Amino acid sequence: MLDVVIALVPALLVSFLFYGWSQLLVLVVSCVGCVGLEWLIARFLMKRPELFSGMSALVTGILLAMNLPATAPWWIVLIGALVAIGIAKMSFGGLGQNLFNPAITARVFLLVSFPVQMTNWSMPAGSFVEVDAITGATPLSVIKEGLKSGLSIDDVLAANGMDMSMLLRDIGGSSGEISALALLAGFVYLLVRRVVKPWIPLSILATIAVIAAVFHGVDPEHFTGPTFNIMTGGVLLGAFFMATDYVTSPMSNWGGVIYGVGIGVIVMMIRYFGSYPEGMSFAILIMNCFVPLINRAFHQKKFGRA
Amino acid sequence: MTETIIWTVVILTVLGLVLSLVLFWVARKFRVEEDPRIDEIEKTLPGANCGGCGFAGCRAFADAAVKAGNLDANFCPVGGSEVMKKVAAILGCEVAETAPRVAVVRCSGSCANRPKINEYEGVQSCKVKAALYSGDTGCIFGCLGCGDCVAACGFGALSMNPETGLPEVDESKCTSCGKCVAACPKRIIELRPQGPRGMRMFVSCTNKDKGPVARKACSAACIGCGLCEKTCRHGAVTVADNVAYIDPAKCKLCRECEAVCPTGAIHGVNFPKPLDKDAVKKRIAERNAAEKAAQEAAANPVKKEENNG
Amino acid sequence: MAKLTFSIGGIHPADSKLARDRKIEVLPLPPKVYVSMFQHLGAQAKPIVAPGDKVKAGQIIAEPGGFISAYVHSPVSGTVKSVAPRKDLAGYNVMHVEIDVEGDEWAEGIDLSPELVTAIPEDREFILDRIKMNGVVGLGGATFPTHVKLNPPPGKKADCLILNGAECEPYLTSDFRILLERTDEIVVGAAVMQKVLGDCPCVIGIEENKPEAIAAVRASVARLAYPGIRVEVLKKRYPQGGEKQLIDAVMHRQVRSGGLPIDVGAVVQNVATSLAVYEAVQKNKPLVTNTLTVTGDCLPVERQHNYLFRIGMPLSYIAEQAGGVPEGAVKMVSGGPMMGKAIANLDAATVKGSSSILYLSDATRRKPEGPCIRCGRCADACPMGLEPFLLRKLYAAGDAVALEKNAVHDCIECGCCLYSCPANIPLLDNIRLAKAQVMGIIRARNAKK
Repeated sequence: MLDVVIALVPALLVSFLFYGWSQLLVLVVSCVGCVGLEWLIARFLMKRPELFSGMSALVTGILLAMNLPATAPWWIVLIGALVAIGIAKMSFGGLGQNLFNPAITARVFLLVSFPVQMTNWSMPAGSFVEVDAITGATPLSVIKEGLKSGLSIDDVLAANGMDMSMLLRDIGGSSGEISALALLAGFVYLLVRRVVKPWIPLSILATIAVIAAVFHGVDPEHFTGPTFNIMTGGVLLGAFFMATDYVTSPMSNWGGVIYGVGIGVIVMMIRYFGSYPEGMSFAILIMNCFVPLINRAFHQKKFGRA
Repeated sequence: MTETIIWTVVILTVLGLVLSLVLFWVARKFRVEEDPRIDEIEKTLPGANCGGCGFAGCRAFADAAVKAGNLDANFCPVGGSEVMKKVAAILGCEVAETAPRVAVVRCSGSCANRPKINEYEGVQSCKVKAALYSGDTGCIFGCLGCGDCVAACGFGALSMNPETGLPEVDESKCTSCGKCVAACPKRIIELRPQGPRGMRMFVSCTNKDKGPVARKACSAACIGCGLCEKTCRHGAVTVADNVAYIDPAKCKLCRECEAVCPTGAIHGVNFPKPLDKDAVKKRIAERNAAEKAAQEAAANPVKKEENNG
Repeated sequence: MAKLTFSIGGIHPADSKLARDRKIEVLPLPPKVYVSMFQHLGAQAKPIVAPGDKVKAGQIIAEPGGFISAYVHSPVSGTVKSVAPRKDLAGYNVMHVEIDVEGDEWAEGIDLSPELVTAIPEDREFILDRIKMNGVVGLGGATFPTHVKLNPPPGKKADCLILNGAECEPYLTSDFRILLERTDEIVVGAAVMQKVLGDCPCVIGIEENKPEAIAAVRASVARLAYPGIRVEVLKKRYPQGGEKQLIDAVMHRQVRSGGLPIDVGAVVQNVATSLAVYEAVQKNKPLVTNTLTVTGDCLPVERQHNYLFRIGMPLSYIAEQAGGVPEGAVKMVSGGPMMGKAIANLDAATVKGSSSILYLSDATRRKPEGPCIRCGRCADACPMGLEPFLLRKLYAAGDAVALEKNAVHDCIECGCCLYSCPANIPLLDNIRLAKAQVMGIIRARNAKK
C-alpha cells in the first residue's frame, strides 16, 4: 500500500502546484477524515480494532482528494470521507470485504448530492504557476454543452480557447486529472514494483481508444477523438489507480481484461449518449458489481488439466 | 381525470383477480402431500438444528422419524428423554429411557501440570496443529488448547479457561450433541452419563505412553499403575494401553479410585463434600486387612477348628 | 543454451546457500543410534532383530512391511538394545531399533573401497534386486522406494530419466556438495538407472546458481562417456525441483491431475538417490549414510557444515557436533525453509531422507495475519495453477465438492502461496487439511468402484 501512496505523489505535487493551498486543505481533510473515521468506526462502532487498516484508508483518502475539485468546501470532503469509509468500506466488513471502490463511491455520492460544488472547477486563488488559460469547466462538459446547442467540436474548442496541447500540461478538472504525465509516472512505478499488473488499465485505454476512433472516424463533428477521450475526465486516474484496486477488481488476468473492456465501453456510452459529460466513476462502479461474476467465470490455468 | 382513476382501478382489480386465480391453480397443481406429524414433531423438537442427531436439522430428523415409524435408530441428544417421549407419543410408539449425558474433557494438562516444550506459531486450530506435529507439550495425547471444541459448540457450553489453557464445560448449557467430540482431533472429549445429581467419576487423561514418559510430560497424567483397578470392588475400572477408564454403568461413585490415584488423574465432580483422601484410604486398608484375615482363615480351617475345640 | 523452467507460477526466494563452500565432513560415530522403521513412504518396516542381537553395519534389521516399503539396515555395528516406540521428529511415537555402537565392523560383501566401478551390470533384474535389498529410497523428500519407481507397470515405458539436481530450496547445499565431490559416482548411478529403464536418455537438471556443479557434472559426463546423458541448466526459481515442475521444464510435458510421472514417460530421481543407487548396485553398500547440511540465518559461516552422517544418529548429536544450537535460533527445521518440517523433538533420530538441520532466527517468525485484499498473488505464485485464496474460503465453508472441482488435491504443498501473501495469511495450513479431506473422499469413491 505504501507503494501506491508513493506512486500518487507526483500527481499530488502537480495538483498542489496548480491549485495551491486549497488543494492541500482538501487533501489533508480527506486523509485525516478517512483514516480517523476508519479508526473510530473499527474501534467504537464495530468494536474490532484489528479492522483498522491504516495505510489502505490513507490511499482511499488521497484518491478521494484527487477526485474532488480543489474548491470543494471542507465539509463536503468530510461527507465524502464518511461515505467512502463508513458506507462503502466498513459497513461491508472493512478492508478486503467491500464490493465497491470506496473513493469512487464517495465521489459519485457527492456528485449526485452536491452537483454545484462538485462541478465548480474554477481556479482558486493561490496557484503557484502562471496558467495560460483559466478553465472554468472541464473540457468534456464544455463540449457536451456545446454539442447540445448544435455546435461542432472544433467550434466549441475554438470558442473556449482550448487546443490539444493542453493535455499533458493542465487539464481543468478534479485535481487528480490535471497532469497525465505525473499519473503515468506513478503508474510506471507501480508496474516496476510489481504492485499492479498492466492488463486492466491497458484494456480500458484500448477500448476507449478503439470506440472513440470508430465514432470519431464516422462523424468527427459530433464525436470526440481517442486522444481527447483518454486524456480527459479522469480516465487515466481511474484506469491507473482506481480500477486496479485489488479488492474491487477481478483476480485473473483474463478477468481483468473483461473488466477493463467493460469499463471502457460504459465510459464511452455515457460520454457519447448519456447526459453526464464523463462517466469514469459510474463505469468503474458498474463494473465493480460484475467482479464476483467475473471471478467465478475466469480461473487460473491449471497445471496438467489443459 | 376521473377516467384515469376508473381505468386504474379496473385494470388493477382485473389484474389482481387473474393473478390470484393463477396462484390458486399453481398451489393446487403443485401441492406436496406431507404427513402432518412431521410438522408436529418438528415443533416438539428443540429447534436448535445442531445436527447432533446425525441429521441435517430438526426437520430432517422429524421426517426420518415419521418415515421409520419408530424411534429405535433416532435420538435427539439435545431434547433428551423428555422430548423423545413427546415425539414417541405423536408417533404412537415406545421409546427407551436414556440417561442424560454431558461432555467431559478428559485432560488435566493445565499450564501448571504440563509444561510447554516448544512454541506453536501456525494457525490457531487444533486440527491444523495435530496434522503438523504432536503438540507444544511433551504429551502427545493431551489437549492442544486451540479451542476447536469451543468453536464447534453451538450452545456456548464450552469455553477456554485462560489460566489452565483447557476447555471447560458449562453443564447447564451442554446438550450432549457431540459436536465437540467430533471436533477434537485428540478425541479427549467424551459424552458420559450425567450421573445422579450430576455426580460422576472419570479418568481425566488419555495418555497411552508408559508411566514414566507420561509422568515426565504431565504431572497429572494417568501412569497406568493399576491401583484404581485393584481397588475398585465393582469392576468399573480397567487399565488398557497404560491408561485407566471408568465404565460409568458400573461405577458406584465410592470415590475409592480417586483417593488412591497417585497423580490425581481421576476426577469426581459435583459431590456434595470434598474427598477426604486419608479417611477413604484408611477405610480401604482396613477392608483389605479384614479380607486378608478372612482369606487366611478360610485357607486354614483346621487351625480354626482346633481353636474352637 | 537456453535455461529451462516450468510454465506456471513460481517464486524467487533469496538463495541463502550459506554452506555452499563447506566440504563434506564425516561425522564420528555416536554411542547409540536409533533406527526408525518408518523411513520411507508406504508401509512401516518390520524389525527382524531382538534386544541382545549383535549386528554389523550394513546388516538387514527390518524387512519391508508391504509392496511399497523398504528394507532397513543397521548403520553401525554393535548390540541391539531395544525395539520400542520412540518419538520422531514431529513428536509422535514410531517403532525404532536402538543399537549400542561397538566398533565399526561392516557386513560381508560390501565394497568399501573408494575405487570407481564404471562397468554397468547387464542384468536388469540383478540391478533392481540390489536396489531393493539395499533399501534405497528416493532422497529428494518423498522417500518413495526406488525399486518400485524404477520398475514401471507393464505397458508404460520411460522416455527420459531426469536427475534432479535443482536443489531449489533456499539454504540446502547437500546436493550441491555431492554434485561437486562425488560427481563421477552420481553419473555412474544415472547410467545404472538408464540401464534399468531400458537405456532411455537421461537429463541431469541443475539450477543456474550452481555453476561449479554444472561444470563438474558436464566434465564427468564427457569423461565417462555413457550414451544419452546430458546436463541441462535450469532457471533459479522455486519450486523448480518439484517432480511435476521439473518434468514440465525438461520435457515440456505436464503430468495430468492424479497421474504419475511415468504416464508422460518420465522418471525423476534425486542426485542423492543416484549416489545411493551407485553404492547399492556397484558397491553392494546399503543406504545407511546420507549427506546433511547444518545451516541457518543465525549461524556464522564457519559453523555451517555439510556432513556425511550415519542414518539413526540423533539430530541432537549432530547439532552438538556442529557446536550446539546457536544463539538467536527460534526455529529448527529439518529440510528446507519452504517445505521442511519443524523439529518438535531434537532427540529424534535422523532417517534416510534427512537433509538438513536449519536454524532460523526471529526474523523468520510468522507475522500477524491481515485481511485478504484479493490481490491474487497466491494464484499467480501457485505452480499448479490453483487459487489458494478460493480454496481457503471453500474449506472454511466446508464445501468439499467445490474444493475438488477447484483441484485442491493437485496441491504439491510447496508453500508458494504462503510466501507470496502480503497479508501473511496461512493459506497452506488450511489447504493441506482441505487436500487431506478431498483425497479421503476420492479414495473412498475409488474403493467403492
